[in-house]
Amino acid sequence: MANRLIALLVVAGLAAMLLPLVIGFTFHEDTPALGAEYIERSETDLGAANAVTAVVVTYRGLDTLGEVTVLFAATAGVGFVITRRRRTPEFAVREGRSVGAHAGIESTEASSLAGQGPSEILRTASRFLAPVLFLFGAYIFVHGHLTPGGGFQGGVVIASAVVLGIFGAPDRQLAHGTMTTIESLSGASYVVLGILGLVLAAGFLDPTFLPAGSFGALASAGAIPIIYSVVGIKVGTELAGVVDRLRSQEQD
Amino acid sequence: MTTAIILVLGAIMVCAAIVALLHTSLVTSILSAGAVSLVASIIYLVLAAPDVAMTEAAIGSALTTIVFLFALSRLREPGRTSDETTQTRSGEEHPHG
Amino acid sequence: MQLIPAIGALLIVIGAWGMLTQRNMLKMVIGFSIIDTGVHVMIVALGYVTGGVAPILDGEAPVGAPFVDPVPSALVLTAIVIGLAVTALMLTYVVRLARTKGTLEVSEYKEMKW
Repeated sequence: MANRLIALLVVAGLAAMLLPLVIGFTFHEDTPALGAEYIERSETDLGAANAVTAVVVTYRGLDTLGEVTVLFAATAGVGFVITRRRRTPEFAVREGRSVGAHAGIESTEASSLAGQGPSEILRTASRFLAPVLFLFGAYIFVHGHLTPGGGFQGGVVIASAVVLGIFGAPDRQLAHGTMTTIESLSGASYVVLGILGLVLAAGFLDPTFLPAGSFGALASAGAIPIIYSVVGIKVGTELAGVVDRLRSQEQD
Repeated sequence: MTTAIILVLGAIMVCAAIVALLHTSLVTSILSAGAVSLVASIIYLVLAAPDVAMTEAAIGSALTTIVFLFALSRLREPGRTSDETTQTRSGEEHPHG
Repeated sequence: MQLIPAIGALLIVIGAWGMLTQRNMLKMVIGFSIIDTGVHVMIVALGYVTGGVAPILDGEAPVGAPFVDPVPSALVLTAIVIGLAVTALMLTYVVRLARTKGTLEVSEYKEMKW
């Protein structure tokens, strides 16, 4: 019971700390000065229509670099703790049985479901939808400077497309060598683009070394689409690799 | 009008969070946590932040749930002894837990 | 609208309570994920301007309504992705631990307490 009491005290302390923030809360009446400055400059200096993209890629570019690094460290941690083994077809049967069993299906149904892998609907749908999802993800991060969206959202959609492909064909191996190569190359090109900004323009990760172009066109806003696309590819392949490692394996 | 919508959304979020932490079945907990993220993405839209809404819907509601469910299935598969050298391939059928 | 920071704070408190009282390791990770969501809701609520619109420009005449602050949105964008990566890392440790003893109850791992 002492544990419960301590937990209650900690939670009450947390609530007491949050209370002044909640009670005296008023929303801004007008855009705060820093935000208004960023929005105005993203139109005149950078030519990006999406101000949040301009803030993430340019004005807070070092935060994005830190985020890419943290993602890489977490992925490396996951890869270090869980090792991969080659999946045999016999194991795919076992996985089908265990997944059926823990989803609460009756034992007779489970044994009839096992050994078949995914159903016909799932196989066909995943083969049809996965390329469409890839295209959609690429569209999202290429248009990141024009519409809501960008590298992270597009990368996550690409990772979801890979997961759909995994569901449709569970006994096929994911090409881990290719994915790690793509991920490392994307991370390196992100830093190279930053250094290009340092050498050719005003500072690290400054995208104005490419021309700003006409406002609202696809090829505008300097190097922002290129930087964000690289971030999107990196995030997508990274998350797909992490999700794939967590799949059931035969042995750890 | 907006206050009513926010009240309903907030009630759904809080109830889903409580269900996620108190329910005995782990699959229900994981799906409730996904529901919390989904309603949070609607609140981000009300707050006029579409980028954050897209990211939260894709990551919190889809990828986090998938990651949790994969981890859960990894814990429930048969033959999970820790010692790899003595693991037999006789294929014990019934899952533990 | 004033309710949204209160909802976020309530989520943080519920998640913290869940992390401290639940004995199942998977539920602790779920509690952490709920705390994360609550914090993000509060941060995005900090950037809202009354009657504001999303900061997507059109290149034409200025909109009648003020723009929402883009900086908290940008910070939360990064934070959500990092939250996923940290949750995945925590889950791999839970899976690894649970395979050594075969149980998810935290009270079974007492030999590490001094």
